[in-house]
Amino acid sequence: MSIASTTQQICFLVLSATTVVGSLGVVLLPNIVYSAFLLGGVFLSVAGLYLLLNASFVAAAQILVYVGAVNVLILFAIMLVNKQETLAAIPGLLVRRLLSGAVCAGLFALLLRVAFTTTWALPGPTPVGEEATIRIGEHLFTDYLLPFELASVLLLMAMIGAIVLARRDVFSTDVITGEPADQGLIEKERTPLLIETSAPAPTLLSKP
Amino acid sequence: MLSTGLLGATVAPPGLDLQSSFIDLVQGMGLTAGAARLLWLPLPMVLVLVGAVVGVLVSVWLERKISAAVQQRIGPEYAGALGVLQPLADGLKLVFKEDIIPARADSVLFSLGPVLVVVPVILSWLVVPFGQNLLISNVGVGIFLWIALSSIQPIGLLMSGYSSNNKYSLLGGLRAAAQSISYEIPLALAVLAVVMMSNSLSTVDIVAQQTGAGILSWNIWRQPVGFVIFWICALAECERLPFDLPEAEEELVAGYQTEYSGMKFALFYLGSYINLVLSALLVSVLYLGGWSFPVPVEWITGWLGVSPDAPLVQVVTGSIGIVSTILKAYLLVFFAILLRWTTPRVRIDQLLDLGWKFLLPIALVNLLVTAGLKLAFPVAFGG
Repeated sequence: MSIASTTQQICFLVLSATTVVGSLGVVLLPNIVYSAFLLGGVFLSVAGLYLLLNASFVAAAQILVYVGAVNVLILFAIMLVNKQETLAAIPGLLVRRLLSGAVCAGLFALLLRVAFTTTWALPGPTPVGEEATIRIGEHLFTDYLLPFELASVLLLMAMIGAIVLARRDVFSTDVITGEPADQGLIEKERTPLLIETSAPAPTLLSKP
Repeated sequence: MLSTGLLGATVAPPGLDLQSSFIDLVQGMGLTAGAARLLWLPLPMVLVLVGAVVGVLVSVWLERKISAAVQQRIGPEYAGALGVLQPLADGLKLVFKEDIIPARADSVLFSLGPVLVVVPVILSWLVVPFGQNLLISNVGVGIFLWIALSSIQPIGLLMSGYSSNNKYSLLGGLRAAAQSISYEIPLALAVLAVVMMSNSLSTVDIVAQQTGAGILSWNIWRQPVGFVIFWICALAECERLPFDLPEAEEELVAGYQTEYSGMKFALFYLGSYINLVLSALLVSVLYLGGWSFPVPVEWITGWLGVSPDAPLVQVVTGSIGIVSTILKAYLLVFFAILLRWTTPRVRIDQLLDLGWKFLLPIALVNLLVTAGLKLAFPVAFGG
């Protein structure tokens, strides 16, 4: 076995292990901040898998979009609303966990079956390597033009929705109820940031 | 050793190709091709890493000396001639400092944060060319790889800001992330205009497209607006003053770095200066012709009547390329330092306004105009 293929195999094993363990951590860890950071790690190792498949443009796009934008925004949201809440215990938590675990295991079994019963074409289409960037561009502007544009419309809709939700004070009436909407009514009462004499000092962060 | 290998190379491709020469040389000593390649692999990486660190030391010294000159002081003087050893002394001091992890901080994330800030920056040196073949790897996605890698950095900043368990750190981390997200978009659009003219994402191709007529063919004449946008955004990405809000001393103590000491702090410090030098190098690659000399080297060899393919001439051209890349980069570093010590800091709302309401529309218009000009004058704008 040559040096190149051994390296490739080691890289593949390491990347798949980090992907699998990381995604399990994302789902199972109780601390949401750890989950979010691990999600970034999972995205990075998926980008590494793309690199192994000679798809460097897709790998870079994966890092830029998923790690640089999606994951950073998730972290941002978590850190902006990082409130330590003591949630009330949900009745029958164990049953719920077992049920959701069973659903996940069923889904996994289904995927495994698909993976083993499909006759994969080996070797697949020849990788185009550095040509891929040009090929992707051509496809995006010819036969995949409509889906590409539709995706951008979807993003635009999401953006408008977010603006409407966030800036309801701009509209004089509430969109749904027809009642006058006032920013002060929508916003929850603010927790005092400065130390009060009666209550213990609210900590911004506490050790998870 | 390298130069003997170079002189021994019989069929030289255009420009220096140290890799094939080295592999030929080592194979001549009786090793297999695979082993020779394996021996070669770490060499450019180590060389670039050392180069990056030396570049940081030089820019720290420049920063101290120029800031002193701006404020009519003398600056470091006793450590070496003109204080050139002062950055080394700073570095040594940081190495020997106690490494403190605050008691209520999250120790894992606290240690991982600085690493995540530095590693992408160092990885980005992969695509910085100092000559036709003088770079670690001519990746096809070149400049796009740099943009993607630099988008990882905010995660490290958020991580260290969060894990410090300090409100200044958290605010600093959030500011840093917000800043780098907002300035990444105009930056990418400015790069896109250059990429459109050179029909390639590879940094080598981008420079090669600017080498026709010396200084006149540099991209700065065809992309003046893009150059300004890129430079502003690069400064904002490096968190240099006027955009150093994440570590604004008066408001946030030191932002996300507040709780750090010793080598972890040194990593942030190193990372920010490596990033500055890297950004300057990329400006010189994208807009100032990279390794090309103001007068094309081919013309000079033509006037002197020597063949540009002769080994010795190739060594000289290669050296000229490296020197001119570094000179251009350090000219920009000089401007960045001068800006830092002469301009006041912007407010956070001004910063975001500048990014989203001014630079982004201008970058879009610049892209559109470049596309139009490319269609109208394909000769001048790389049709």
